[in-house]
Formats: sequence, C-alpha cells, structure tokens
Amino acid sequence: MSNKITGAEALIKSLIAEGVDRVFGYPGGAIIPVYDKLYDYTSQLKHILVRHEQGATHAAQGYARVSGRTGVVIVTSGPAATNVITGLSDALMDSTPMVVITGQVASSFLGSDAFQETDVVGITQPITKWAYQIRRPEDISWAVARAFYIAQSGRPGPVVLDLAKDAQTGLTEWVHKKCTYIRSYIPYPRIKAEDVQAVAKLINESQRPMLISGHGVMISGAEKELANLAEKADIPVTSTLLGLSTIPSAHPLYKGMLGMHGNIGPNVNTNRCDLLIAVGMRFDDRVTGDTTKYARQAKIVHIDIDSSEFDKNIKTDATIHGDAREALSLLLPLVKEAKHNEWLETFARCDEVEQEKVVKREVFPESGPMNMGEVAYKVSKATGDRAILVTDVGQNQMFSSRYFRYTEPRSIVTSGGLGTMGFGLPAAIGAKMGAPDRTVCFFTGDGGLQMTIQELGTILEYGTDVKIILLNNNFLGNVRQWQLLFFNGRFSQTPMINPDFVQIANAYGIKAENVETREQLDGAIQRMLDHNGAYLLNVNIDPTDMIFPMTPAGAAVDTIMLNASEKFDPQQIK
Amino acid sequence: MEKQLFTVTVFSENQVGLLNQISIIFTRRGLNIESLSVSPSSIEGIHKFTITCFSDRETMEKVVKQIEKRIDVLKSFLYTDDEIVYQEIALYKVPTDKLLDEKNLEIIIRRHNARILEITREYTVIEKSGHSDETEALFEELKRYDIRQFVRSGRVAITKSPIEYVTMFIEEQARRREEGITE
Repeated sequence: MSNKITGAEALIKSLIAEGVDRVFGYPGGAIIPVYDKLYDYTSQLKHILVRHEQGATHAAQGYARVSGRTGVVIVTSGPAATNVITGLSDALMDSTPMVVITGQVASSFLGSDAFQETDVVGITQPITKWAYQIRRPEDISWAVARAFYIAQSGRPGPVVLDLAKDAQTGLTEWVHKKCTYIRSYIPYPRIKAEDVQAVAKLINESQRPMLISGHGVMISGAEKELANLAEKADIPVTSTLLGLSTIPSAHPLYKGMLGMHGNIGPNVNTNRCDLLIAVGMRFDDRVTGDTTKYARQAKIVHIDIDSSEFDKNIKTDATIHGDAREALSLLLPLVKEAKHNEWLETFARCDEVEQEKVVKREVFPESGPMNMGEVAYKVSKATGDRAILVTDVGQNQMFSSRYFRYTEPRSIVTSGGLGTMGFGLPAAIGAKMGAPDRTVCFFTGDGGLQMTIQELGTILEYGTDVKIILLNNNFLGNVRQWQLLFFNGRFSQTPMINPDFVQIANAYGIKAENVETREQLDGAIQRMLDHNGAYLLNVNIDPTDMIFPMTPAGAAVDTIMLNASEKFDPQQIK
Repeated sequence: MEKQLFTVTVFSENQVGLLNQISIIFTRRGLNIESLSVSPSSIEGIHKFTITCFSDRETMEKVVKQIEKRIDVLKSFLYTDDEIVYQEIALYKVPTDKLLDEKNLEIIIRRHNARILEITREYTVIEKSGHSDETEALFEELKRYDIRQFVRSGRVAITKSPIEYVTMFIEEQARRREEGITE
C-alpha cells in the first residue's frame, strides 16, 4: 500500500504546512491538476478568483503589506505567467513577500514552443528574489519550503515556482520540512558592535541630526524602537512614501514625508542637517533628486539589511548591516539624551510656509471646484485617521498619502518603486482580506482605475468591503501636470473620455454616487463609510489641480516649487 | 572615473540558471563581459565563475554586491590584475604546408613557449597559454601563415592573497547552522 500522493496535492499540503490559508489565482490548462486538488481542500485553503492574473499579484501584495504574511498566487503557464510580471517587478522593488506558482507545460515539452509555454524562469530571474522550475513531484515540498523562507526572510521579495504539469500529476511521498537555512544566503546578518558604536558616536556628536524612516522599519516591526531612539536623542523623524505610518503623524517628532512631493521641512533640512540617519530605505531618486547636491554637508548613516544598498546611490560615512529593529535596539543604550529645540524649530517654520502657500489653497479652499487634497484630508478625518490607505499611482497617490494621517502601523499600501498604475484596486482587495477589521480606503484616478477595473468583479464575488474614492478629473493628471510645467502645456494624449463610473460600479453590485460639488462631499463620505460593503465615490475634481510642493525630477532636493510660478526660498527659515 | 579591466570571481552552488542570473546584472548596466569561464572550484559542489569586464571601480563594486545578493551565490570578489595570478589559453590552426616553408618555426615556437598539439597533412594546431598580450603576439607572428582558426579561452585566475575567503565563509555558515542561528 503506497502512501504516495500527486504533486498537485503535495503542493497544496506544502502551502498549508507553510501557514497559507488564502491564495489569489486564476485557473488554466497547465495548472488544472492543482485546481482539481484544491477542490478537496477549500476548507483549509481559500482561493480568491481574481479577474486577471495581474490582479492576483497586486492583491497578494496588498494582503502581504498590511499583514506581514507572504502573499500567494497560483496561475497557469504562458500568458498567465507573463501577466504576473508587473506584480513580480513591483514586489521586488517594494520588498514585498510573495510566492507565485505558475503552471508549466510537461517537462518533456520544455523548450519545444508547446502551447502556452513560456520561459518563465528566464523571464522572471531579473525581477524575483528566486525563480525555480520544478520538474519532479518529489521536489515540490523542498521548493515550496525554500520559496517561503526566501520570500519572507531578510529583505523580503517575490519568488516564482514554475511547476511542470507532469510534476503535478506524478506521485510522490510527502513529508514537509520547513526551510531555515540556505548555505549561500544570510538573511539576518550579525550586527557588528563596532558599527553600532561608530553610529552612536556620530549621533552623540551631531547638532542637527535627522532620521529617515523607510519601509524597512515597517517590515522589521521597528516602529517602537525608532520612536524610542528619536525621543531619547530628540531627533526629528522624516519618512519615505513607503515608510509612512511607521510613526504616528501626530508624534511631536514626526516632521513629514520626503521626496518629490514630500513636505518642505524634511526636504530642505536634508541639505541643512549635519547627520542623516537612514533606516530601511534605499535613497531612491524620487527621494534624493540630484545626488550630487544631496546632503553634501551631512554625515550619512545607513542602516539596512541589504548591504548592496550601501553606497549604491549615496555615499555613506557609516553603516549598520542588519535588521532595523535589532540595530535600533542596540543603538538606544549608546545614544545620549539630547535636546535640539532650535533645530526642530526650523521644521516648524517650513511647515508654516507650506500651510500658507500650499495646504491652505489645496485643502481648505473657499470656492471653486474640488481639489484632490481636500477629499483625502476629509476622508482620513472621517475615519478617525485609522483607515488603511491604498493608492493607485499618480496625483491621487501623492495627494492621498500627503493628506492622510496615520495612527497605526502598516496603514499605507502603495506602489512606490515601480509606480504601477492599476496597482490600487486589486491591492485594496488584498489589503481588506489581510486586515478585515480595518477600514480600507482606496484612492485612485480615472486612468489607473481603468487599468484593472475588471477586479470590481472580484469585489462582487467576495463582497469585499473596499471604499473606493475616485478622484476623477478626466485627465491623466500627473502627466498633465508635467506637460503644463515642463512641456509648454501641450496636453498630448492626457485628456480622457470616461464612462459613467457609477453605472459601472452598480453593474457590479457596488453602491456608488457622483460627488459633483463641495457641498455634497461630507455627506457622501459619511454614507460611504456608514455603508456595510464596497462603495464608490466618483468625485468630480478640478483638472487643473496640481500636486505641490514639487522638486522637479533631477533637481536638488531643496529646489522646491510651491506652485507653478513660485519657488521656496530656504533663506526664509534661516 | 577611470576605467580598467577588472576580474570578478563568483562562487556559487551548482544550480541551473546561475549564469543567466549573473550575466543579466552586467546587461542591466550595459556592461560588456570581456571573457567568462565557469569551472568547479577547489571546494566540492561549488562552482567558480571568472569574469573580466572593463569598467570603473565604483560600478564594479556595485555589480559584485548585486551578484552576491543572488540566493545561490556564496561569495563574489573584485580584483585588479596585480591581485591575481591569471592565465588564458589560445589555439591556432595553421595550414601545415605554409608552416613547413618556414625556416624559423622552431624559433617561433620556442620564443613564445608554445607547443604543437596536432599535425596533419592539411593543418597544424598550436597551443599557447599566457596573458592576452602574449597570445596576441603569437597571433601576429602566425598571421603570415594564414591562420584558419583562432580561439582564446576566458581568463582563469587565482588570488595572491593567503586568506581563502570562501572556505572561511563556508566554515562560518556551518558554525551558524550548528549554533542554530539560522533565521
């Protein structure tokens, strides 16, 4: 009597053994044996049927980002595998743990241009942490265990398992053993005591230190350690886009977001601080602007788990290679208590300018058409600043992330590195499934929503309670803004003729309403939040609304436009 | 930044697709691989890639770190020529009748420290190992005999350092495993 099972069943049992209880996917020819077995395991492994494979990856990303668990995707071969490419690339850029299982033609057909065959491992190697083809059923458990270990340890990232059809149908004995060691891979490097001492010394000697909290702080769960360090040494904390919510917006030491559309204080003071302590971030060009004019006056400390980030974009003076939480805990006792009142005061002066020149006009206009910023601000407020913000990409992303306020960790899901339009809707679905007790507010534009709008079908099928705020200006707004500012106002291919989004939502059984005027806004937001279930607000936005402040691409970080014609003068805060 | 020839060595597990993973890191930055050779290393089960590339140090240091980031790569190193002992091998196929007309064949072979691997009525195969400039010098000299085929291997290299970093890395990893510091 043999106790062998099929490879398909081995896959499902291995996934369950790795703690997976939910997968996002779409069936097809080369993965049917797995779906057939899934039929027997639906009580242990819930399958979310998306409407396009790209949606499965972004949903898995949203799920992973809010829960810290690995998102899992199952799709078939060929076109399904090529449809997950965007999600893989996005997950690699934004360090998101994800395991994607693609079906593959039977191993005897490999390389023969068989129906729905594509070289998945070859295509995905540059955009995954690991990509592996399984050709034998007996390798499934080993590969799944290794995939989960790699995806979620160290700097997380996406893994692809390309599963040949005969490996799914073949028989194997199944014993699952978790992977905790790979000889060639050190996910959590030992932190060197002398590195910590060197950094502590720099902090203790500095007069104008500034902390940057990145996504790595969220991934390692170092929110408390970051705040402890900041409070002890009285260091202002700034955040990257993906680092938002690692420190509450209302924390007295939180001084705002960095980057092209970040707050004035953090960007200007990047070039005025004497010490920059970057934790779990990678000096993306949207943060640094011109690297030759970036924080030249400051010593740079970089704390990261991925040593290939050190000196990649910005030369460092000291580094700590390791987990952010561990590094910050080790630093805390070595750092002296300090006060930096005068230095902190300069942020407040920047904020005053920003309030006066940007926020007032954007968030508290007295007349005229609605702005994106005021909608984001009001939605955040109506949720008690407790919602998870999911964004698409573009102006909607920048406005909502700027004017949302954060009280809890893991409250933002956005496509930072890759900037994937169409990311938002499926990511919001995944986020709601990963954090069912929290309100999920998804801000999108009329462009991005239509890139993955088919996922309204997923909302319909699973009754996912996602609040969709469509900032509709009938324009590809961010490109329009660049065209206006830098391309002589030639709006090449940015105006859009749009459908009736309320009717579309209704067709999918989603409640929706048009918000035409400012007077309707508060009531509509309340109805949306009070409604038990998905809801779409189609908000009529002024197409001329532009996102400011803005550091133009390639300019120095402290070159800041306050509006289309006025620049910030750093002398104002001297 | 000043460009020069660098030698990159990579030690990896014996896994399918490693070469692609390594080469695309060069491709992404638009770097041309000058030569490449893959072979077993002195450590059982571990493969060694020797890659030469013409670039500046800063770029190459980033490339090496990104190579080392690949899961199945144990270690990667960057060297300049003065830090390694290196060698290439070249083969030359020359018509035998032309060679036989040469009165100084012995001198050429001796001076270049080359040797003859095979002689048939039609052709002769000469082998020469050395640095690129040495194998090129012989090529120049044999040109007048109408070289029919020429091939030169990728560079192979061994470090001059007395410390064997890969062995140390493997021992350190084995200790970690024993101590249970795996996560």
